[in-house]
Amino acid sequence: MDWDALRVSLRLGAGTLAVLLPCGIWFGRVLAIRQFRGKSLVEALVTVPLVLPPTVLGFYLLFAFGARSPLGQAFQTLVGQSLPFSFQGLLLASAIANIPFVVQPIQRGFEAIPSDVRDAAACCGLTPWQRFLRIEVPLAWPGILTAAILTFAHTLGEFGVVLMVGGNLPGQTRTLSVAIYDRMQAFDDRSAGIMAATLLVIAVATLMLTTTLSRQVSPRRG
Amino acid sequence: MADRRLSVSLRQRTPIPLNVEFTCDPGEILAVFGPSGSGKTTILRSIAGLYCPEHASIRSGVEIWTETSTRTFAPPHRRTVGVVFQEYALFPHLTARGNVMTALGHRPARERAARADQLLDLVHLSTHHDRRPQQLSGGERQRVAVARALAREPAVLLLDEPFAAVDRTVRRRLQDEIDELRRTLEIPLVLVTHDFDDVVRLATHLLILDRGNAVASGALADLTSRPDLSWLRDAVGLGSVFEARVVRRNPERGLLELAFDGGTLLASDRVLNAGATVRVRIAARDVILATSEPKGLSLHNVLAGRVSALNADPAFEHIIVQINLGGVHLLAEVTRDAIARLDLVGGKQLYALIKSVSINVIPEFRMPSDQGPGPRTKNQAPRTK
Repeated sequence: MDWDALRVSLRLGAGTLAVLLPCGIWFGRVLAIRQFRGKSLVEALVTVPLVLPPTVLGFYLLFAFGARSPLGQAFQTLVGQSLPFSFQGLLLASAIANIPFVVQPIQRGFEAIPSDVRDAAACCGLTPWQRFLRIEVPLAWPGILTAAILTFAHTLGEFGVVLMVGGNLPGQTRTLSVAIYDRMQAFDDRSAGIMAATLLVIAVATLMLTTTLSRQVSPRRG
Repeated sequence: MADRRLSVSLRQRTPIPLNVEFTCDPGEILAVFGPSGSGKTTILRSIAGLYCPEHASIRSGVEIWTETSTRTFAPPHRRTVGVVFQEYALFPHLTARGNVMTALGHRPARERAARADQLLDLVHLSTHHDRRPQQLSGGERQRVAVARALAREPAVLLLDEPFAAVDRTVRRRLQDEIDELRRTLEIPLVLVTHDFDDVVRLATHLLILDRGNAVASGALADLTSRPDLSWLRDAVGLGSVFEARVVRRNPERGLLELAFDGGTLLASDRVLNAGATVRVRIAARDVILATSEPKGLSLHNVLAGRVSALNADPAFEHIIVQINLGGVHLLAEVTRDAIARLDLVGGKQLYALIKSVSINVIPEFRMPSDQGPGPRTKNQAPRTK
């Protein structure tokens, strides 16, 4: 059992959520409520990481993060290390790869709120922030929860992007999924089996947590 | 009165054409009546601050809510306005009490729950305060929506088709409750409806809207006795609405004696106390005209009056005659042949004949004599689930 890999996986999952969820709630809500020109183009762009093979996405991200790209150079000067093959680079890549998983369910969640209900909240004297926190977030909660679970689960399982952008550095960028592959290559079936079972337990536990949470928080129907 | 008057003036060409100007004083219910798509809801949304037409001026008393010429626009949460939405728009994740409490932000937090219960009692929802909207019937939801709208202590109450989603019997009861509110609140009420029944039962004033244009506006009795409102004639048929007082019941003869400015009317008997004020609507089609007083008729009402106006709109087959009965104007719809035969011209003296069953008597709401919470539960609609 590669405890470092488990730690990296969980850190990456939590980190991706922390970075992506606030942005996703903001962006998903904008897509749900606002009408603007080029909206369908933006929606299509959001979906791209979903349909692109992970290795292709990883390939482009690697180029974008490289020392010759403006982003790579900026990161190098600011932080003093290169973006590819670092945990920060992996986190950024993971956040980008997960955009559709977080934005789409949240967008659907906010779209499901009738516009009358939002208007009624305004006419009850709630300020835009109060409306957001007291009416919109609780009503869009199932969508937000789905987004969080999907993103977390998807991050734990991500393989192609991680291998392309992060490589396989123990304690840095070697996640559990990569470690499983690594152990199988070395004919270490037992270690691979334990790690696979760990991921399975985490996945089931996450699903159970979701069910419990959604039962407690989401509005009772009927 | 002018210190709480609502004055509204809206003009724009696109996307929804609008050209209306009206005022509504405290204690009045202004019904905005017109077909769907005539811009009724847009008027309400403009008053609430959910929409801003190209040219608009909206004032509540001395407060300026919208004034496009000076680029003044108060957002909805800064306007003390109560809105009852068409489908009620309750917050599905909150209980009835929670819904009302949401609109009590101006009160100290510890008072809100008690105040919410008080408001729910006021709209005759004395139980079910802990239920969510999905667990309430249509009528109960409407009551929660009214309580929530009143919670802000609004300067104006707006009702958007508030009875469209409930059945006939619940509708009558809710109409009575809105009427009760009008009498106790002393604020302007604006009611949007496409059902003329709401207008006849509730409105004190009427604004007729056709494709965003105000076809006519004024006091209900004045407008319903105008012979020239072809649009209204087309939509619901003409018929005067006026107030009358119950003189006495005569159950043995099956009659109810009413007094109005133009004389006495005998209508079909119903359980009403002497002295009670009622509204009366008489459809123009149900009035027969005679130049001399007829004898030996089965009908009870023969009223003497004078022709005060005639309307011969070529779009209609029949002619509308307006008859002045001691200040109250009655409308009668007659054939062109009858006009010629009876030689009906302005000022001519004649008799209006009305069957007692054709007199539609609408009791005005009376405050229930006992205010205790017990008997009020009978007002609750049966739950749908």
